[in-house]
Amino acid sequence: MLKQSLSKKRKRFEWIMKGMMWLSAGITAALVIFLVAYVLLRGIPHISWQLLSTKPSYLTESIGILPDILNTVYIVIVTLLIVLPLGVGAAIYLTEYASNQKVVSVIEYAAETLSGIPSIIYGLVGMLLFSNNMGTCLMAGALTLVIMNLPTIMRTAQESLKTVPRSYREGAFGLGAGKWRVIRTVVLPGCVDGVITGCILSVGRILGESAALLFTAGFAHALNGVIDALAAPGATLTVALYFYAKEQGEFGVAFAIAAILMILTILINFAAAFAQKHFAKRRKI
Amino acid sequence: MRKNQVLEKAIHGIFLLLGLITVGCVLLITIYLVISGIPAIREIGLWDFLLGKQWASTAAEPKYGILPFILTSIYGTAGAIAIGVPIGFMTAVYLSKLAPTKVKSAMQNAVSLLAGIPSVVYGLVGMLVLVPGIRKVFNVPDGASLLAAIIVLAIMILPSIIKMSITALDAVPKEYEDASLALGATPIETYFKVSVPAAKSGIATAVVLGVGRAIGEAMAVMMVAGNVPNMPDSLFQSVRFLTTAVSSEMAYSSGLQQQALFSIALVLFLFIMLINATLNFFLKREKE
Amino acid sequence: MSGIITAKDMCLWYGNHKALNNVSIEISEKSITALIGPSGCGKSTFLKTLNRMNDLIPGVKITGDIRYGGMDIFSGEVDVNNLRKEIGMVFQKPNPFPMSIYDNVAYGPRTHGVTNKVELDGIVEQALRDAAIWDEVKDRLKKNALGMSGGQQQRLCIARALAVKPKILLMDEPTSALDPISTSKIEELVVEFKEKYTIVMVTHNMQQAVRVSDYTAFFLHGELIEFDKTDSIFSQPKDQRTEDYITGRFG
Repeated sequence: MLKQSLSKKRKRFEWIMKGMMWLSAGITAALVIFLVAYVLLRGIPHISWQLLSTKPSYLTESIGILPDILNTVYIVIVTLLIVLPLGVGAAIYLTEYASNQKVVSVIEYAAETLSGIPSIIYGLVGMLLFSNNMGTCLMAGALTLVIMNLPTIMRTAQESLKTVPRSYREGAFGLGAGKWRVIRTVVLPGCVDGVITGCILSVGRILGESAALLFTAGFAHALNGVIDALAAPGATLTVALYFYAKEQGEFGVAFAIAAILMILTILINFAAAFAQKHFAKRRKI
Repeated sequence: MRKNQVLEKAIHGIFLLLGLITVGCVLLITIYLVISGIPAIREIGLWDFLLGKQWASTAAEPKYGILPFILTSIYGTAGAIAIGVPIGFMTAVYLSKLAPTKVKSAMQNAVSLLAGIPSVVYGLVGMLVLVPGIRKVFNVPDGASLLAAIIVLAIMILPSIIKMSITALDAVPKEYEDASLALGATPIETYFKVSVPAAKSGIATAVVLGVGRAIGEAMAVMMVAGNVPNMPDSLFQSVRFLTTAVSSEMAYSSGLQQQALFSIALVLFLFIMLINATLNFFLKREKE
Repeated sequence: MSGIITAKDMCLWYGNHKALNNVSIEISEKSITALIGPSGCGKSTFLKTLNRMNDLIPGVKITGDIRYGGMDIFSGEVDVNNLRKEIGMVFQKPNPFPMSIYDNVAYGPRTHGVTNKVELDGIVEQALRDAAIWDEVKDRLKKNALGMSGGQQQRLCIARALAVKPKILLMDEPTSALDPISTSKIEELVVEFKEKYTIVMVTHNMQQAVRVSDYTAFFLHGELIEFDKTDSIFSQPKDQRTEDYITGRFG
């Protein structure tokens, strides 16, 4: 009785399920490896100093992506500068002030809704709201991205605020500090972790965004200083990639940009993983 | 003392405003889409718009029927789900239950990377690998097709399916699995007959999330689907999705044509809201 | 006496920590054996070795010899799934699956290949009757098992274990999470089970050991200190440490 092995039917179930799991996991792993390797192998040979340091020129018939790099940097910085106070403020309201559970759930529902809206719709609304009033420009793109990234910053800040122990706040209140003072001195420092994690996630999202920028920030490749760039149309790296691949058939340049984006994505993933691990450890202590 | 109280009140007010920004954004987006989406539907007629089989916005006698886009979006999403969910789900069960810790964490990092790759990169690789591949394998004149879009979307939804499913499967209490093993079920039988059913609402959430992703993706699809407003009669048809219908004509549209694009966005938005509502339903059930 | 389960010089390590040291015991058929001892003494670990549930914990190493019906349970010839079918287990915390009452009980037989609906219905009913819970649940077999009270859930878990027709029932403090009334119901059941099954039960509660068991084994620091008829252990323990424990001097 004990020696009897599994029935044929059970054995078959075992093997089919195991086989499907291995196959699926194998496909997933192979996909990641293929994508990374393919993009890097095809892209890196096309990355040159000239590509990175110039703007496209019809005179010399050369393509450079410096304007796109700068535009990306500008838009990341401006977006974060605007979204941080808004998102952290919203998180502080939710954890520190809101006493009405209904208000909290409405706000959280709104944030969830925002994170579910596809970027093309953000692009359209951004165009109506911002570009139609201020012209197609980086600033309009940044404002659109602010709305898109608001839920991320809010959620991560909120999560880390929740981990600030109640006793800290009570201690501060006990000393007679006003609410605002408690928030400035005790609560805000406590949510730095979450904000950093949120920033890393947002940078990744902004770098990868294209559909929302197409009609808000446009796709020009002019080389500008910060202030001028914000008021002028400009392509980020992703938009430039799309433009070179789809409109111009410049696949070498497109792959060079793709390789740069891939490397940045890998770095951001490492940073996010590191931040999460680091902060989780600190929280334990 | 009084001055302090006024200050506290003011600060409270400021934070309340900040808190309400998300709500304001949602309202703003909804209102803008509705206001700009309604006129064209009025002019074209709701049924002619939704069920019209022909889209010819620049013809001498323009036609604004978006049924091809709606069907393409539905078929494309369904196809992506049909391919992506089984692969993602099985990968998740493997990673959550069978894989050694090291493999699990390495694979989880890889999956996060997959989630972080920009859609234009997917589109680019799709254009240069998938599209010619389909042309050769199936011997069709052009590989830019519904099939290419389905495959790209299936890959793009994998990370959300895998991540959400792993979270759900990891949360299954060990007691359930112990009970099953103690009854003489094998580990594999236990995972599929006890753990998976116990995690089913989490897995359902993962699928709905995948649907949302797939139906809303624009750029990658734009680069591989061909963008001709055909009815999606075959997998090898060059097609246009709701998302790509908006983006491919927006740059040079005006008048009724542009308004019709806003109407398409409104339809897409309603689809997404429906999916969000479903998602919320599952999330709530999960909490209970 | 010839035991249905015999352990000889059994040791168990969790990594470098030796949790069981040279345990030798003989458990006779159709009897109730209680395993007692303070927390962390290894009694639960020993119980879980008998149906090889410890195999699942990474880093566990087992030496020595355990035989069930004369057969080495760790030999390569023994199919662990069949072993667990013959040696059922009831856990400390009631752990019904999040499924209907019927599906919970039917899970085991279905796993082992029973597909016929009439046969399955019969097995489910019999198991629920044997666990004295049939009358309480017969009208709501399709309801989710998690809606039952704790005591009912534990009796359902017993029914679930009975449904695969085991020879031995291992019970790991089956009443520690329950109220007194539910506890006495389960104790009554256990005594009735003696006619059909061999029962090995871990318990924290010495009155319970006295009330239900035929034999008692006292564990301390991973060692089996004393094993004898329950009456003798509690009336005239041979080892000083056993006496200290049952008189409540530590534990």
